[in-house]
Amino acid sequence: MNVLPRGDFRDVSLVLCGAAGQGVQTVEELLVQSLHKAGFHVFASREYMSRIRGGNNSTEIRVSRDPVNAFVDRIDLLLPLNQGVRENIRERINEGTVILGDKEELGEELSDTSGRFIDVDLLQKGRDIGGKVYVGVVAAGIVAGLFGIDKSVLYGFFEERFADREEILRKNRRAVDVGYETGGRMKEESLLEVFLPGKGSAKGTVVLTGTDAISLGAVAGGCDFVTSYPMSPATGVLTFMAEHSHRFGIAVEQAEDEIAVINLALGASYGGARPLATTSGGGLALMSEGVSLSGATELPVVIHVGQRPGPATGMATRTEQADLDLVLHMGHGEFPRAIFAPGTLEEAFYLCHRAFNLAAKYQIPVFILTDQYFLDSYYDIHPFEIGHLSIEKHLVESTVDYQRYVITEDGISPRSVPGYGKGMVGTDSHEHDADGHVQEDFHLRKAMVEKRLRKMRGLRQEAVPPTLIGPEEYENLVVAWGSTRHIVEEALERVGRDDTAVLHFAQVYPLSEDTEGYLRKARTVVAVEGNATGQLAGVIRRETGFEITERILHYTGLQISVESVIDGLRQRLS
Amino acid sequence: MDWKIYDLEDIDNQWCPGCGDFQIMEALKKALAELELAPNQVVLHSGIGQAAKMPHFMKGNFFNGLHGRSISNATGMKAANPELTVIAIGGDGDMYGEGGNHFLHTVRRNPDITNIVHNNMVYGLTKGQASPTSSIGFRTAVQTDGVFEEPFNPVAVAIAQGATFVSRAFSGYVDETKELIKRAIRHKGYALVDIFQPCVSFNKVNTHKWFRENTYFLDEAYDPSDRDAAMRKAFERAPYPLGLLYSVEGRKTFEENLACYDEDATPLYLRERKTSAVLEFIEALA
Repeated sequence: MNVLPRGDFRDVSLVLCGAAGQGVQTVEELLVQSLHKAGFHVFASREYMSRIRGGNNSTEIRVSRDPVNAFVDRIDLLLPLNQGVRENIRERINEGTVILGDKEELGEELSDTSGRFIDVDLLQKGRDIGGKVYVGVVAAGIVAGLFGIDKSVLYGFFEERFADREEILRKNRRAVDVGYETGGRMKEESLLEVFLPGKGSAKGTVVLTGTDAISLGAVAGGCDFVTSYPMSPATGVLTFMAEHSHRFGIAVEQAEDEIAVINLALGASYGGARPLATTSGGGLALMSEGVSLSGATELPVVIHVGQRPGPATGMATRTEQADLDLVLHMGHGEFPRAIFAPGTLEEAFYLCHRAFNLAAKYQIPVFILTDQYFLDSYYDIHPFEIGHLSIEKHLVESTVDYQRYVITEDGISPRSVPGYGKGMVGTDSHEHDADGHVQEDFHLRKAMVEKRLRKMRGLRQEAVPPTLIGPEEYENLVVAWGSTRHIVEEALERVGRDDTAVLHFAQVYPLSEDTEGYLRKARTVVAVEGNATGQLAGVIRRETGFEITERILHYTGLQISVESVIDGLRQRLS
Repeated sequence: MDWKIYDLEDIDNQWCPGCGDFQIMEALKKALAELELAPNQVVLHSGIGQAAKMPHFMKGNFFNGLHGRSISNATGMKAANPELTVIAIGGDGDMYGEGGNHFLHTVRRNPDITNIVHNNMVYGLTKGQASPTSSIGFRTAVQTDGVFEEPFNPVAVAIAQGATFVSRAFSGYVDETKELIKRAIRHKGYALVDIFQPCVSFNKVNTHKWFRENTYFLDEAYDPSDRDAAMRKAFERAPYPLGLLYSVEGRKTFEENLACYDEDATPLYLRERKTSAVLEFIEALA
């Protein structure tokens, strides 16, 4: 008898895999929605190949009685819907893995693994109902039945989609029924059983992706202008904004290239809009000149960067945290900027909101660094608190003698926009005087450089401090940033050491002034990063002088797992 | 309105004596004044080059941005505030070379902006190299054997890309240039005014005299709404036709197509946005 969850785990990790365009995504949506509707906490993370059809993609779905939000290697239940299961899945199968598969489809493909194979004639069942397309629904029915979910929840999923297509609706219902019967027999025959209490514990939560959280944060921040050139994995934000552009009153334009993207955004910013550009590494590289223009003209802009592995095209649909150095240094010349790297959906929302106000206040480019893993993963959270959020414009009405670049103590010159007041607004990519006119005066040049850079003082004071998770008094400190937050947190919980804490950075530049204090307090500091060179460790050393020598670095193109962090920590913590 | 309202005091004009840029600036100032537009209602966008320095020599709001990118800035600006008159000015290197891709796609996008291009068939600011519109055989310190690339044909390209207003002027004819600029500004949609302009320092071939001898005005009978006829005119060379080559009214502008102007014409910076819209959205998910 196979019983899930296994051992002392409080969740079941289910992995679906199959070829692109074969309905795997529908099965994923059906399962996640149904499990969540039944009140379980859910987490799902996708990994997929850069192709429209074929190949073999997978989704991990964790189902739990407690909030769950991190990627694990562990597979409790594997549903391979097509043959050609890739090595990254095969190597995660162990003796605790139950495989629900059809030998007619898979042949002997997985028989050499240590997983416990339960042969189910999914193909035959699909054909009996009306075709191969129902195979996935039958499989989903089996799982939903094992978790004890009310059938009507699954019916509802199809009723919403196929309200006016009676025949298709009937067949999908039938597929659900067949799945439930099959799952029921497995239980009766003592083949497989799931005992997961906690149904209802996720009540009142909503399931959002990283893409949703970033996009909604931007809307809450007053974003009213979005430009982008489609590029995985950042396209989702463009799609979200386009889909809801009428509802929120947002200008959305797909530009000819990323050079136009950033220049459209800066033109809009000059006109008083609150622009967002969304891109990935390659597109970002093209924006370098425009980012520098933002620096010279002091025009606010928010740039979302969904990281993927480079250099160059790298791995288009995979994940990495290797563009921090680029974002930190991009654009010729010296000018202030701020960089956020949210680790949770809440941070994505609130920091994206904050980014728009911060950009407006300091008149700078503000970056939001995410990655494919973060954007494509989803889990349930309580709806964001919104009442206290405001949209700060930081604009002044111009008088006849208005000057755009007045030198001030904090470096911030009161900003107006054309048409707002009696004055005129001049802005220039050259070094300029207070009116924005080009000047080659070396004293003026020095004063303007210093004015712009003085804004760093305020930016530092306002920097979001890193989050300490775990004991206040610690011997060891695990440093992480961006999308690895929940993964490192769960790893540390499982390692179970009360002398070790996590320090997570959701703002990676400029660093909050209390950063150094946290680091100096620890005997051992370990950095966990999704890159090969320890980019955050580099920033920390530059900003604080503190060198982190112990590092757990991951750069396969797949997200680092809870287990990998556990292994890394066990090796490094005495 | 007196066109001197556009004069800027105490300026150090960097154009060479005799440069056609002076005449284009005069035509532009006069056009704006005759249209009764106050300088604070006008936004001048430019990139890099001698022509692109124009906003530093006359009054108006201005955004002197990067080489080749000013029409993208201008498009974004117009989208943020459609109430203002937005003009993007630059030379042939700026608009057709460095900014070539933006030129192609801005024409397609059709923002309600006026694009003035000083076309002197040479690079001035970098001291005399070939430009995208230099004639075949034109010799420079870089093109030592003469230009071999086919000259870029901006008016033909613009018409082919669906531009709604395509015109050509010569800086030597200030009044006619002024009238064309006025029509371009009044036109709803993207309007190209390609202006032949002699570079007295670096182009010894395409001089004032040469342009006078190698251009002619389209006659009154010419119908600018006929796209096929316009395309034929656009391919004529020496003598080149001057005037409005092609114009079509009624196409929706970029701004009109944006969701933010569905029901509300207010410029974006004046709007009060409410975070409650997000709250409603999330509550609908729960």
